[in-house]
Amino acid sequence: MTAPAAAAPALIQVAPRASLAYMVKDALATGAIALALAIPLVGFRTVDRGATTILETRFTQMFVGVAVIAIGRFVFSLIDAGRARAVLVAALALSIAWPVAAALGAGQEGWRPLAWMTWLLAGSVVLRAAYVAYGDRAALRGDVAPGERLGATVQRLSMYFGPLLFLFAIAMPLLPMADQRWVDLGILVLTYIMLGWGLNVVVGLAGLLDLGYVAFYAVGAYSYAIIAKTFGLNFWEALPIAGALAASFGVLLGFPVLRLRGDYLAIVTLGFGEIVRVVLLNWDELSNGPKGIGGIPRPSFFGMPFTPAPPEGTMSFHQWFSSTFWEIGFSPIQRATYLYYIILILALATNLFTLRIRKLPISRAWEALREDEIACRALGINPTNTKLTAFAIGAMFGGFAGSFFATRQGFISPESFNFIESAIILAIVVLGGMGSQIGVVIASIVLIGGPEWFRDLESYRMLAFGGLMVMIMIWRPQGLLAFREPTIRLKPLPPKSP
Amino acid sequence: MTASAARPLLTVEHLSMRFGGLVAIDDVSFTALDRQITGIIGPNGAGKTTVFNCLTGFYKPTVGRLALAHPGGAEYLLERMDGFRIAQRARIARTFQNIRLFPRMSVLENLIVAQHNKLMRASGYTVFGLLGLGIYRHAEAAAVERARYWLGRVGLVDRANDEAGNLPYGAQRRLEIARAMCTEPVLLCLDEPAAGLNPRESNELNELLLFIRDEHKIGVLLIEHDMSVVMKISDHIVVLDYGRKIADGSPKTVRDDPAVIRAYLGEEEDESLPPEVARDLRTTA
Repeated sequence: MTAPAAAAPALIQVAPRASLAYMVKDALATGAIALALAIPLVGFRTVDRGATTILETRFTQMFVGVAVIAIGRFVFSLIDAGRARAVLVAALALSIAWPVAAALGAGQEGWRPLAWMTWLLAGSVVLRAAYVAYGDRAALRGDVAPGERLGATVQRLSMYFGPLLFLFAIAMPLLPMADQRWVDLGILVLTYIMLGWGLNVVVGLAGLLDLGYVAFYAVGAYSYAIIAKTFGLNFWEALPIAGALAASFGVLLGFPVLRLRGDYLAIVTLGFGEIVRVVLLNWDELSNGPKGIGGIPRPSFFGMPFTPAPPEGTMSFHQWFSSTFWEIGFSPIQRATYLYYIILILALATNLFTLRIRKLPISRAWEALREDEIACRALGINPTNTKLTAFAIGAMFGGFAGSFFATRQGFISPESFNFIESAIILAIVVLGGMGSQIGVVIASIVLIGGPEWFRDLESYRMLAFGGLMVMIMIWRPQGLLAFREPTIRLKPLPPKSP
Repeated sequence: MTASAARPLLTVEHLSMRFGGLVAIDDVSFTALDRQITGIIGPNGAGKTTVFNCLTGFYKPTVGRLALAHPGGAEYLLERMDGFRIAQRARIARTFQNIRLFPRMSVLENLIVAQHNKLMRASGYTVFGLLGLGIYRHAEAAAVERARYWLGRVGLVDRANDEAGNLPYGAQRRLEIARAMCTEPVLLCLDEPAAGLNPRESNELNELLLFIRDEHKIGVLLIEHDMSVVMKISDHIVVLDYGRKIADGSPKTVRDDPAVIRAYLGEEEDESLPPEVARDLRTTA
């Protein structure tokens, strides 16, 4: 979609101001639909009271929710009718006032999430209004759509912002406020960043929608667990084997699905992901079934384990550190910090690899295949091999991340490799903007860090997560930072040439 | 006329293509000579694009032998080869009736992708490239120079770093030809390259095709509706109608062939002639 063409229809849509009556009617209709949905979903709740189950009503919350939706709808039509700036001011004021009032005034359980939801909604209204009020004018002035420009700006900023983020990532566990919770969250976010970067090769570059990426994560995790337990290899020795196994699974999956595109490919990969999980669940001899594999060797620092009391004759990390540098006691955060640096190195290696391969013919062929497979064949590009390479490389990184997951947890079971994992990784890639490396980082922080952060929202956080995804789909279907920089540029000839 | 090089490049013998009960091509044989432009014309639905699709491996012909003889002496039987290998080994390049560029990649990238196989070899199937060895850097620099040359030829040097999808229509057509030429073909197949071009652009296209024939010394196979292009630059014309070859010869003989006139103008009582074809035929006659 070209930028000017995208901007123009939006302007035309805005121009005719809808009548107030129509907007009110539209908002009421939306409210009615919301009410119909909310009566069974919010209005009633079954509560377990000892032996009996009673039905509890929550009509107040239901009506508040419906009102929020109806008002939201009305406000959105106002924005689209060209009153964006007025709405912006009103929404800003409300977004501060209302959640505070709701949270303080009601004070009872169940109200806080509602306040959060309202706040989220108000926030989105502000964003939308700002986008319409200033974005469309920007589109009129320049020929680049604001979203496109955002992508370009972030891409440019990431030149400076990237190293800063990198330095922060290195220093994070050493900062004073970094406790166990911070480091664990860092590990989690980095794991998903790595998975996102791995899947980005398949989905972002090669354009193959893979809904079963978690299968390779599982293959990597189980490979590492079994190899490490059976052959006594340490993490760094087992890692390449696990990666290679995952890559061969990538090729294995690749072969049958090569002819499929789009939705069909997505469904088959989804099935593949489930097959791997079900096999792990049932193949007791290999995977110990639903009981999972425990006692997976934890990583050691050059052979020195992170334990309070190592076996006789060996030295644990904190003893070595105390004797070499200064006295420290044992603390579980030492292992967490070490794990943090392992995943940081793995993630950075993935990024380096991807940035490098972007400049190579194979990556250009992936992108070309995504754009037009028929044209590729006419140019003599072997679509089979090219796609298989993408699957294998993506799977390999998934396998590495899986090995890390296994060594970090010390215990794995098929439970950890549900479809929802695939969905989250895919959401990270798609939200970040397909093919954008920095987009994956930002999306991981928002999607993984965010829900951890907003644990206050309790079960509503998944609702908020869904809401966020819907908003992105409406306003930035190409992802937050979809912006493509050519992988090679034609430089002007030096003047001596004819 | 380039009578000097009358070596046959492509020999099509008894080519038939059936889709179920529909016979799209019925026993067509012709020869395209090296360093010549061979035009394939015919009314809509005559099977011209089907011939192309058989040649370039997008269809497997039902019957027939398609032999390509390289100037070096190597010979390829196209009907036995996979689609992408025809472009890779037999070095036949083609363009499409509805342009097929990589719209979200830059103009330069489009031309670099066309040199994929060469670059893959130079990058040691990605291994050397990842290590950053000089051999790949040199190969890439050479690929960029080739791209620059063709960009200069089609007048797109200034747009090299723009998205291909943002180019105007005529420029996209030229870029597609440049991309095909970047694969260093021995036979270039063009499917209606002049469609949608204005008269000035179509003149430039004529010059470009003559340049490709004379300077790069390759054969060109051309499907075209625009008679001002076909009649002016073709050395040899093959006329198809309802999947059968009805005439074959120099532009002049074809133009005067009663079978061709009948195919285009219809029988005396038939009034279904498309007016623009009639006009073109009259003006070029």
